[in-house]
Amino acid sequence: MKGKHIGWIVLIAVGLSAPFLVYPVLVMKILCFALFACAFNLLLGYTGLLSFGHAAFLGWAGYVCGYGVKELGFSPELGILAGTATGAALGFVFGSLAIRRAGIYFAMVTLALAQLVYFLALQFPFTGGEDGLQGVPRGHLFGFIDLSDTMNMYFFVLAVFLVGFWIIDRAIHSPFGQVLTAIRENEPRAISLGYDVDKYKLLAFVLSAGLSGLAGATKTLVFQLASLTDVHWHMSGEIVLMTLLGGMGTVFGPIVGATVVVGLQNYGAELGQWVTVLTGVIFVLCVLAFRRGIVGELALLIKRSGIRM
Amino acid sequence: MQFSFHQQRQDLKDAMSTDYILQTRDLTKEFKGFVAVDKVNLQVRRGTIHALIGPNGAGKTTVFNLLTKFLTPTRGSIHFNSHDITHEKSAQIARRGVVRSFQISAVFPHLSVLENVRIALQRKLGTSFHFWRSAKSLDVLNGRAMELLESVDLQSFADTMTVELPYGRKRALEIATTLALEPELMLLDEPTQGMGHEDVGRVADLIKRVSENRTVLMVEHNLSVVSHICDTITVLQRGAVLAEGPYEVVSADPRVLEAYMGTEHG
Ligand SMILES: Nc1ncnc2c1ncn2[C@@H]1O[C@H](COP(=O)(O)OP(=O)(O)OP(=O)(O)O)[C@@H](O)[C@H]1O
Ligand SMILES: [Mg+2]
Repeated sequence: MKGKHIGWIVLIAVGLSAPFLVYPVLVMKILCFALFACAFNLLLGYTGLLSFGHAAFLGWAGYVCGYGVKELGFSPELGILAGTATGAALGFVFGSLAIRRAGIYFAMVTLALAQLVYFLALQFPFTGGEDGLQGVPRGHLFGFIDLSDTMNMYFFVLAVFLVGFWIIDRAIHSPFGQVLTAIRENEPRAISLGYDVDKYKLLAFVLSAGLSGLAGATKTLVFQLASLTDVHWHMSGEIVLMTLLGGMGTVFGPIVGATVVVGLQNYGAELGQWVTVLTGVIFVLCVLAFRRGIVGELALLIKRSGIRM
Repeated sequence: MQFSFHQQRQDLKDAMSTDYILQTRDLTKEFKGFVAVDKVNLQVRRGTIHALIGPNGAGKTTVFNLLTKFLTPTRGSIHFNSHDITHEKSAQIARRGVVRSFQISAVFPHLSVLENVRIALQRKLGTSFHFWRSAKSLDVLNGRAMELLESVDLQSFADTMTVELPYGRKRALEIATTLALEPELMLLDEPTQGMGHEDVGRVADLIKRVSENRTVLMVEHNLSVVSHICDTITVLQRGAVLAEGPYEVVSADPRVLEAYMGTEHG
């Protein structure tokens, strides 16, 4: 547990100082993706379910939040709640349909459903189609904190991230999380102990989708934009990559994975097309040589050296 | 005198009506025309250790899978405590008190030994969906979990990661986890398979010990274990019941001897 406390302290220290060292919008982007990846990891790393449709929750939460704030006069906090609820509701539908399938079929059902809602996003007029939903105002948080101020927005995003991350961390280390681990480790055994595993998987799916929605809605406020990029299957793939790179099934891994990938995309921008290749190479290296991901390998190193001492 | 005689009769009658904890009627499982389990009528007497034996591929594991609904029977019915459980779901049957183990050791490798047992205990707390509650709330179960570990001699491994346990110990842990549910009926699929000589003896003793106030139905290839601890034996061959009875009777049955010819077992 000590390692975890250090992790939290580092996380908060970095979160508080980062906007003074790096371009704040970039850090906000990283925080949104980190939350998204952590939510995804709850499902992949701790339940053993590979979803290939998580973009749907991120993207649709963004549309609902954006539309609510821009067209219906929602406050930012209401927009974010609406986005989160959208993610959770979609997650319930996806989960109910996919959970009976195992392994690759599970991934295929989630992908197919995500494609379906992608085309809906493309067709519905309110999403702005190819142009997306632009010029979403950030508004005033609780009616008096002006979010158009970058630093105000930053600390709001940091707070959202920390709350979301705390919920995930708690869920992993809860009685529910214990059952999820048992299901991941040996599903038939969990059934034979009397657990209705489908119900546990469904709740995990809804939680994961809801928190992905939280990330998507927040991201929309940051960039004042909801677009097709976030519902596209590329995004579903990218989140798998971030999670694996950082270390699936580790609490902090997805944060590191998101930071590396988003950082690369940003600073590698001058490389143009090559950044995709570079990410691909890193990913391949990671899968071949560092199967536990960055944090997973580090944890192993520390554990081994600890035993030697 | 009169009264006690009457009482005895009454006891006997009670015993008769609840005599069988588990019964199957013409239980059948076909896989695309191949009959893996063929009209099996099992009757497991309460409070006994009942063995299911037979050559490889006889259908023993398939029977277990049917009894616990990991497979759906093609025909026939299953009755537990005279409830028809043929159409119930696996988890539901487990909650009724029929808990199985698996032929391949079934533990949770990346949970500690203590946590393995606690998973079985925690369902009763009714907080297993509480994702907002700290796992520390499960510590109230640690005492009971330790007792169970002691009963299989694993107390010194409580904090060990289960993946690091030797095979025999994993099987013992599996039994402790099964016992945690206080099952009325335990189904053990080859609990001594792959074990060294000493471990076999230890596990057999353990099964004998824990069977005191429950019923055990076990698949077992090791005939010395069967002869030592089992009260009744059902021999399965090509999915059908070949013989049934106490060890002395079954082992003297020429058809059983023939069925086992050429197959080498423990
Ligand atoms: N899911 C399945 N699909 C098709 N055939 C199956 C299936 N499960 C079992 N069988 C077949 O049913 C027969 C009985 O298998 P089962 O595993 O029940 O045997 P067993 O008595 O447990 O054998 P062993 O002693 O080797 O464990 C075998 O021929 C097996 O190939
Ligand atoms: Mg078998």
